[in-house]
Amino acid sequence: MKFAIMVNEGPYTHQSSDSAYQFTKAALKQGHEIFRVFFYHDGVNNGTRFTAPPQDDRHLVNRWSELAEQHGLDLVVCVAAAQRRGVIDDKEAQRYGKDGNNIAPGFRISGLGQLIEAGIQSDRLLVFGD
Amino acid sequence: MLHTVNKSPFEKNSLQTCLRLAKEGNDILLIEDAVYAATKGTSVSEMVAQAATNFNLYVLGPDLLSRGVGQDELIAGCEVVDYAGFVRLATENDKVQSWL
Amino acid sequence: MGDPVVKKFMYINRHAPCGTIYAVEGLEVVLIGAAFEQEVCMAFVDDGVYQLKKNQDTAALEIKNYAPAYRALGDYDVHKLYVERESLEQRGLTEQDLMQLTYEDEDDDWKEKPSLKVVTRIELADLIAEQDVLLNF
Repeated sequence: MKFAIMVNEGPYTHQSSDSAYQFTKAALKQGHEIFRVFFYHDGVNNGTRFTAPPQDDRHLVNRWSELAEQHGLDLVVCVAAAQRRGVIDDKEAQRYGKDGNNIAPGFRISGLGQLIEAGIQSDRLLVFGD
Repeated sequence: MLHTVNKSPFEKNSLQTCLRLAKEGNDILLIEDAVYAATKGTSVSEMVAQAATNFNLYVLGPDLLSRGVGQDELIAGCEVVDYAGFVRLATENDKVQSWL
Repeated sequence: MGDPVVKKFMYINRHAPCGTIYAVEGLEVVLIGAAFEQEVCMAFVDDGVYQLKKNQDTAALEIKNYAPAYRALGDYDVHKLYVERESLEQRGLTEQDLMQLTYEDEDDDWKEKPSLKVVTRIELADLIAEQDVLLNF
């Protein structure tokens, strides 16, 4: 079965990203396909590689990046939400004259249409948020 | 249809709204802070026990464990599931509504 | 090529405006989603009904007022806006407290019709049950 996952809160403040991660891992383990994970609202903060939690805490951004690498996940950060919150890739940095980018490996920035498409193409869409 | 609820019923009305708008026989899974709703002896226990007769009520085990809530503290009629069970509920139902 | 997939999308709004960004960014999803020619409706439940309140004026807060954007929904062919009666009543509101939102019905000689419909919890439960995709803001 094809799942789409929407993550609406950033890491650490809310449990949403952890819950979405655990669900995604469990779904993959059962042989399901994850069509896309879409990060919206403060959820875009899951996609910055500048995150540096204490050593003894989980590194949620790296967890998502590693899961993406292992399973070829499509991790999409909403462009409009990301612009508001300073999550930026190389292309966006050039467009807005910013002095760097912070998008984490495995994530890409794209439009809201990617969320609607995920809803259309997937068998189930699950929202994790606040 | 599967409904998930992630808020403590003492913080927000998400569970109450879910119970108001779910249809009889629907599956309801309590996750994150909503797992407190399933404990005995609270001001909402009666409402939740009643809900367990109209709906299939599930509680996410890892969220109980992380909050120190033992299975013996749960009201009768809720079934504890793990993340594999969460995934199965999502596949068995035609859609999922998250009451945040 | 088979027929394009048309699914029933419902956007369920349960947050008040201004206090958080959910209403605004939710509206952005609805407006973008309108281009995908799916069967779309919105539901306003709990504090979400406050999004539709008349006379919203954010000037003194020096922030953008998004309330007028709801009037654009009709132009995007999003004209099934369900408001739960019980949520209105809990908040001491009636339909007269809400913005008048309309759309022009292309199947009825472009007649102007109301987009808002107040529904009971039973009717809303039925509507939710018949959707394919549920998004929450």
